[in-house]
Amino acid sequence: MVAVLAKVFGTENLQVAEDVVQDTLLQAMEIWKLKGAPDNPSAWLYRVAKNKAIDILRRNKFSVQYDFSDNDRILLQSEYTMSTVMENLWKEEMVQDDLLRMMFACCHPDISEENQITLILKTLCGFSTAEIARSFLTTEDTISKRLYRTKEFFRERKIRPEFPPTDHLKSRANAVLRTIYLIFNEGYNSTHTDVMIRKDLLEQAMYLCDQLCSNVHTRLPEVYAAMALMCFHAARIDSRMGGEGEIILLPKQDRSKWNTQLICDGSAYLDKAAIGSEVSSYHIEAAIAFEHCAAPRFGDTNWAHILVLYTWLDAIAPSTIVQLNRLTVIGKVHGNEAVLQEIEQSARIPEWEKHFLYHSILGEIYSSTDKEKALLCYEKAVQLTQSISEKKLLRKKIAMLGTMTK
Amino acid sequence: MFLFRGGDAHAPGQSPEVQQAHMQLWMQWMGGLAQSGKLIGAQPLAQTGKILTGTKKVVTDGPFMEGKEMVGGYLMCKADTYDEAVEVAKGCPILVFEDGKVEVREMQEIKM
Repeated sequence: MVAVLAKVFGTENLQVAEDVVQDTLLQAMEIWKLKGAPDNPSAWLYRVAKNKAIDILRRNKFSVQYDFSDNDRILLQSEYTMSTVMENLWKEEMVQDDLLRMMFACCHPDISEENQITLILKTLCGFSTAEIARSFLTTEDTISKRLYRTKEFFRERKIRPEFPPTDHLKSRANAVLRTIYLIFNEGYNSTHTDVMIRKDLLEQAMYLCDQLCSNVHTRLPEVYAAMALMCFHAARIDSRMGGEGEIILLPKQDRSKWNTQLICDGSAYLDKAAIGSEVSSYHIEAAIAFEHCAAPRFGDTNWAHILVLYTWLDAIAPSTIVQLNRLTVIGKVHGNEAVLQEIEQSARIPEWEKHFLYHSILGEIYSSTDKEKALLCYEKAVQLTQSISEKKLLRKKIAMLGTMTK
Repeated sequence: MFLFRGGDAHAPGQSPEVQQAHMQLWMQWMGGLAQSGKLIGAQPLAQTGKILTGTKKVVTDGPFMEGKEMVGGYLMCKADTYDEAVEVAKGCPILVFEDGKVEVREMQEIKM
């Protein structure tokens, strides 16, 4: 609903749109409690929101805060046409795409990534400023300032929620996808809070990606691939965390807790992604995730194939994380010596050393040959990570060093 | 500036379907103007009002709807020529009524 109202009031007045939605939902709660829910709840909500919006429009026809100069919006200013336009805006076929249009507005290339995320979480996912602040370990004040600046940006540049022109569609859709995936990652592997997995963020990200999948203009191969990837990750969340919030890694995860329906869904999306001539990093990551999901037991995992995939991924989208993960896989396929050799030959050590995973990997390797070295590595890793769950895991490994028989 | 007179568009006795159909006419007429960027604004006017007269600023009730000369609403638009404005005015929905009138007035410059 916020998306439709953003069209009515203009993106610079997003706050008004959110207020209307909030008031409508509150009204629904109060009235439905007494009278019971109506037969068609969404129609009821639309009607009430629409009428509230008309009231606001009427009071603000000539207010400086609202810009009616667009050819499309000028008809909202005249009593002769206001109601008819509103009726049309709220029709089912129109409303469906509004969420997507709003996503494109939020992911405008001139908005910084963190502002994009903040905006999407606030306006499309209904998060409060406080919740967003908590997700990113910052203050409500900072978030409010970000939202304010973005609102001014919308006003100055007259950004409208709409699909980008066809020649920009692919790159803009990819920007939206990147933001969605960042939200997913924050939910899957939250480094900011002490709760590692945030199911609400995962659900929101998957819901938004599903919107992209459902629209003929935006269902690019990489969109399907990203959706597959998210399905495969989400399928395993119940097995990733122990009772006390500690991380359970892949080798020890209870695979009976994996959501087979999601894995099936992911496979279907992966099939759909096999179109076109370009392979995106999402495709490869999804393929890797699929290998893990397809193995009935950890021991059955096809590490050789995963190594091929990681090498490929490093070629098209190199990053420290990818390279470090690849090192782990080399260990599985060729043994620890091979990993040490690979490290020795690599020019990337300075980058790797900044990351806790590097030291964790080294610690793992040395734990059977040189306990003092292993201890140093693990302690370095603890220093470098901010995630409380990761720290717990590393400290457990340190403790195990002490109890290992010589 | 178009001034509208007459017409029973907002008469309460009419069924919702008839009213809606009539509003569609407004949508079509004004929509076209909006698309070509020529619409400036349009509003209906309330049916009661007061009149102030002369230096003493005497206030009386009026004008009254029954006079059929009461202005019911206005529309402002751009036109390249007066004749073009008249052509546009022909599309006004108030003219589906026999007593509907559209007064077409060009805005006047005041040269000082």
